[in-house]
Amino acid sequence: MSLGAFKVLPVILWTDALIFALLAAVLALVWFIRRQPHLRAPWAAVARRPMAMGAALVLAVFVTIGLLDSLHYRERLSDSPPDRPQYSVEVLSAFDALVGKLRTQQEKTYSAPLAMQLYAKEFIERGGATVRAYPRLKYGGAQLKQADARVPDLVRRVILGLAQGLAASLLLFGLLAAWQTRHRGMAFGEWLSVWGTGRLGWPGRTVVLTLALMLMLGTATFHLAAAYHVFGTDKVGQDVLYIALKSIRTGLVIGTLTTLVTLPLAIVLGIAAGYFRGWVDDVIQYAYTVLNSIPGVLLIAASVLIVQVAIEAHPELFDTAAARADIRLLALCLIMGVTSWTGLARLLRGESLKLRTLDYVEAARAFGVSHARIISRHIFPNVFHLVLISIVLDFSGLVLAEAVLSYVGVGVDPSMYSWGNMINGARLELAREPVVWWQLGAAFAFMFTLVLAANLFADGVRDAFDPRTGGRR
Amino acid sequence: MLAYILRRLLYAIPILIGVNLLTFALFFVVNTPDDMARLQLGAKHVTPEAIARWKVEHGYDKPLLLNAQATGSARFTDTIFFRHSASMFAFKFGKGDDGRDIANEIRTRMGPSLAIALPVFVIGLMANITFALLMVFFRSTYLDLWGVVLCVVLMSISGLFYIIAGQYFIAKLWNLLPISGYAGGIDGFKFILLPVLVSVAAGLGSGARWYRTIFLEEIGKDYVRTARAKGLSEARVLFRHVLKNGMIPILTGAVVVLPLLFMGSLITESFFGIPGLGSYTIDAIQAQDFAVVRAMVFLGSFLYIAGLILTDISYSWVDPRVRLQ
Amino acid sequence: MKPLLVVRDLVTEIGVARVVDGVSFHVVAGETYALLGESGCGKSMTALSLMRLLPDGGRIASGDVRLGETDVLALPERDMRRVRGGRMAMVFQEPMLALNPVLKVGDQIGETLALHQDLGGQAARDAARALLDAVGVPDAARRLDTYPFELSGGLRQRVMIAMALAGEPGLLIADEPTTALDVTIQAQVLDVLRRLRAERRMGMLLITHDLGVVAENADRVGVMYAGELVEEGARDAFFATPQHPYSRMLFEALPRPGDGGRLATIAGQVPRLDGTLRGCRFAPRCPFAIARCRTEPPGWQDFGGQRVRCHLVGTLPAGSVRERVPHIVAEHVPQPLLQVEGLKVHFPIRRGFIQRTVGHVRAVDDVSLAIEAGRTLALVGESGCGKTTVGKALLRLIEPAAGTIVLGGETVTAKNASTLRRQAQMVFQDPFSSLNPRMRVMDILLEGMDALGVGAAVARRDAVTRLLRQVGLPDDAGGRYPHAFSGGQRQRIAIARALAVSPRLVICDEPTSALDVSVQAQILNLLKDLQGELGLAYLFITHNLAVVEYLAHDVAVMYLGRIVEQGPAAGVLRAPRHPYTQALVSAVPRIEPQIGQGVIRLAGDQPSPLDPPTGCPFHPRCPQAGAVCRQTYPGQTELGGGHWVRCHWVAGQA
Repeated sequence: MSLGAFKVLPVILWTDALIFALLAAVLALVWFIRRQPHLRAPWAAVARRPMAMGAALVLAVFVTIGLLDSLHYRERLSDSPPDRPQYSVEVLSAFDALVGKLRTQQEKTYSAPLAMQLYAKEFIERGGATVRAYPRLKYGGAQLKQADARVPDLVRRVILGLAQGLAASLLLFGLLAAWQTRHRGMAFGEWLSVWGTGRLGWPGRTVVLTLALMLMLGTATFHLAAAYHVFGTDKVGQDVLYIALKSIRTGLVIGTLTTLVTLPLAIVLGIAAGYFRGWVDDVIQYAYTVLNSIPGVLLIAASVLIVQVAIEAHPELFDTAAARADIRLLALCLIMGVTSWTGLARLLRGESLKLRTLDYVEAARAFGVSHARIISRHIFPNVFHLVLISIVLDFSGLVLAEAVLSYVGVGVDPSMYSWGNMINGARLELAREPVVWWQLGAAFAFMFTLVLAANLFADGVRDAFDPRTGGRR
Repeated sequence: MLAYILRRLLYAIPILIGVNLLTFALFFVVNTPDDMARLQLGAKHVTPEAIARWKVEHGYDKPLLLNAQATGSARFTDTIFFRHSASMFAFKFGKGDDGRDIANEIRTRMGPSLAIALPVFVIGLMANITFALLMVFFRSTYLDLWGVVLCVVLMSISGLFYIIAGQYFIAKLWNLLPISGYAGGIDGFKFILLPVLVSVAAGLGSGARWYRTIFLEEIGKDYVRTARAKGLSEARVLFRHVLKNGMIPILTGAVVVLPLLFMGSLITESFFGIPGLGSYTIDAIQAQDFAVVRAMVFLGSFLYIAGLILTDISYSWVDPRVRLQ
Repeated sequence: MKPLLVVRDLVTEIGVARVVDGVSFHVVAGETYALLGESGCGKSMTALSLMRLLPDGGRIASGDVRLGETDVLALPERDMRRVRGGRMAMVFQEPMLALNPVLKVGDQIGETLALHQDLGGQAARDAARALLDAVGVPDAARRLDTYPFELSGGLRQRVMIAMALAGEPGLLIADEPTTALDVTIQAQVLDVLRRLRAERRMGMLLITHDLGVVAENADRVGVMYAGELVEEGARDAFFATPQHPYSRMLFEALPRPGDGGRLATIAGQVPRLDGTLRGCRFAPRCPFAIARCRTEPPGWQDFGGQRVRCHLVGTLPAGSVRERVPHIVAEHVPQPLLQVEGLKVHFPIRRGFIQRTVGHVRAVDDVSLAIEAGRTLALVGESGCGKTTVGKALLRLIEPAAGTIVLGGETVTAKNASTLRRQAQMVFQDPFSSLNPRMRVMDILLEGMDALGVGAAVARRDAVTRLLRQVGLPDDAGGRYPHAFSGGQRQRIAIARALAVSPRLVICDEPTSALDVSVQAQILNLLKDLQGELGLAYLFITHNLAVVEYLAHDVAVMYLGRIVEQGPAAGVLRAPRHPYTQALVSAVPRIEPQIGQGVIRLAGDQPSPLDPPTGCPFHPRCPQAGAVCRQTYPGQTELGGGHWVRCHWVAGQA
């Protein structure tokens, strides 16, 4: 597939723009932190924790997929005239281009993971006679002549994949070892024993093992996916692995953009309440008690219904279904952000109340330093670790919340790929005989992996940044 | 103490008014009743007449805030705001789209909700504390380490998974308990067991981990060293001294949700077919029954504020240092 | 006599750090053995090792601890629990933190009684009451049902002692038992400990950093430095002629009355205990050190009844090592700088249904002060008397309710506060909370100059370098963050920050009370030097009378928000007239035996400022109080030379 500028029309959805803005902000922050020793130190401590680093690697894979999936474009219709190009209404992403066949190889309906037949019997013509049997899949295992060739083929592919993954891992490990032995001036055997006993000063063992595992898993999946539907297909015959992978972006967007909305509200209001006290505090406390007192799901539900009404009232604003779904996703992030700033604001208020009485703030006041300056130089830098901890801790909760909201019917657009929609669409199929479990299984497995990695990483960050729980597991 | 409670009750009024205004704004100002009607009627049936009829049926044909045509106090009372928002302060919720009286529904559905939520609350609290204490007792051993890892794993699993897996394995595959349903009285026990079990399991990871942190913070304090210096055994130190202090944040943190137990749990009730307030709410959201949603918002905030006041009172009960002023 | 406790070659490690390294000593029944040393020298860890209560990560690496015939380190944990609280008990430093906040006092004592004496029910209650009586808690029966937070600091510490005594221990370990207490309360608690030790023939291991407390309470003394015991001897011999250079320096660093010279300071810092230590641990900081000290660790040497770990023992020059260089004293021209009249600071008390203000805490009530340029006025009083509030109200960090403040001839109002801020600055007590950990030292020092627009912006960086040099910090300090500095260095940064805007008055709020004696000496020297060089005036807020005598020209003594006595330092401290000042002065533990003055012990605690007594606020504790004291607030009685008191009793004598 050519990605020439004349063949495609780049599409920048709102969430794409925000995601890349966020990415830029994170990179800028990293650059800034690298130059501040006291900010770098806790991150170095995070980097020394094996669990956190292993989790970070897994997260990195998810983030990469999510970012690739945020580069959107529309293909030019092949029959459109060159001077007046027309583009497909289907919005694709770089990720779609990469996985290619996974998206397009659509079966008729359900099929089990790695199957070569459909899930349900149908009347098919075989040798002139119409019989009721399991029809062969169009793509899954289509290369096989006979059904009994499937298992050997699967085994061959898995072994091939694992072997390639292992080879790649060993190669990478060799490069690492070569660089490290030269860098540290050690003999290879010596370095190997240091590495093996985990005394490198950074969690080399965990990083290498996690990478190797992921590589092997990736290559094995690659070889299987080339000829089978690894997680089966869904009701309309789409590859479940593809859906699950596409859902990553939705999860990441909700987990990060929501926080982005929360942060300014929580930081400004929380610090203002704690620092100024008096009527400012009263007003802010009133606002967040009111917001807090409304059951969260209901408030989100009410707001989402309203957004839905608004979107339906103005169909002309959206040229594609993707843009419409995207606006709803963005609205969901906004709504969840507006309803969930209270927790962090309360935390920051309490901390600012404490900080304002500290001697260094008094000293600044004795110099007549302005409030704005006191807040920006004395209060904010000293509550920043709380903000950071809350970002990473909230992330996993938000990813999980998406599933629940989609189940309630106030989550992302039903046309959007998301784990919540997968679960929602599949849970009634559990009653079928035999059970259609793969959709649920895939959604839960992906969600679990992401959330677990995020939680483990968050643990590492919290331990490193929070002096109270520091050094304690 | 009495003066304190009175003051807190008075403070609750502006908050409820705030909630009320907010819901009013969300439901009637941002989106007009016309929008609602359109959404409800669906694209095919939207005609001006249909909208007008829908509005009359639901009582949304009045002006929002001020009825210029009416006279006397009716200028203010014969409005959407007065009839649909302000009336909630008298717990008059009106009727839902299905024509049933909302207040009545709430009364009959509270029971089933409590039948699930209360056992979940009590058993969950005890399970979390027990698990947390076990981890603290074996702190800085592998038992504790793996306990924490288990907690993180448990809390990384989606709540929906617990329900679906519980229903599938326990009810469907092994036939140990009914998949869903509800019955009052003793017979209801078999219906309650599975949702309670599933909910407790879903809350165990985060709950136990949080309590463990609280206990660990207490265990690092000076008075614990004093207790050890008296010659107390580690178990007595933990149960008599640490537990007593650690229970203060745990209990008061739990009290907030106590009144909200009436509201039940949205997801659990809907999956298990419990005719409680949770499933009522979720049905209303899915059917876009705004009257019910508004009523539940108001009820929820009312109970939350009750929880806040209860929290303060419980503080003065469990912590001798707190005197309500 | 057979010793009660024998410790031999005790080594305790926390992680890789040897916090206690080869400590040996013994305690005999009925005597007090004091372990003396500065913070971080391992004295508390020694005590916790004896109790086997080391914090997580700590372990006893080797050594031998015998309590009577029992080998403490060899006991299984179950038997050790009988020893803890039963045969040896411990009193901790911070009574508020060391008592369980949610258990009643009687229950906490009862727990020990049940464990070690098998008492329960009414018998335990009676025993607990008897114990509270024994430690001098008034109204003991009622106190059994109170919670620790309802008691004052002094009473809490008495409860702590009662709890320790409940197991009838043979050995009492007291870890800085009075450090957190006010000086008059400290005197009470030390009295109790002395009496109980004598009555019960207990051995006592007293851990303290305060030479005065040692002098008044110990029979024998052991000095610890960097995890080692460096000197040991009988109290009188030790105080007459301390032998180890470190011990000597500790004495020399102590400000003493009538001494205008510079205090001796100990250069450098206690070495890190996790590295490899060669030679004598004190050698890098010892002014007498020779080459041998740096390579060969000294062994014990007996010298005139004392045991010393020093190569140079006996060869040190007799007498003081203190430089007899007086501080530069600027020519004193009487020139009033600060005049405060009738300063009042009130905090509202809100009560009831709508939180209306029902009254005021008179934190500062009618305080008048005057400081001349280049002079030091010390504001003395115990915690809660309102002295810090005075300091903050002067800078308008707290808005005063009434009173006029004239600074450099100009009346300070809310409007001209910025002029005031260039003239008066503050140095805070805690050097750890007074510097923002997220700012470089350079930025900390620039902050005031930027805010007040001192000097041209380009010149400010040079000014910072000059300031750093002036307070004795290295030139590269500006680029570093506060955590890279020790407590004393941080306090220097704080002083430099105040000086950055070239004030004429510096309000020092207990600037040395969080510091060790040797570091305190450095800061006091610095403050005196700066006063000489820059003609600064100080308002020196403190509870430490020894520092006052060293530094101050004038003294004002505060009690419950009011000044009760004021005058020239020498007059007020050597011949105090107000009964409170007299009690305060006599309560300070001294190294030299006190002559000519009877020891006055105050009863009870300072009353709550929420509900101050009528008439003279001191009357409930005053040994001289009469009927008039209960009714009317005394007027000012002039005693000549600027010395005055507010006391009916003194007025009656005059």
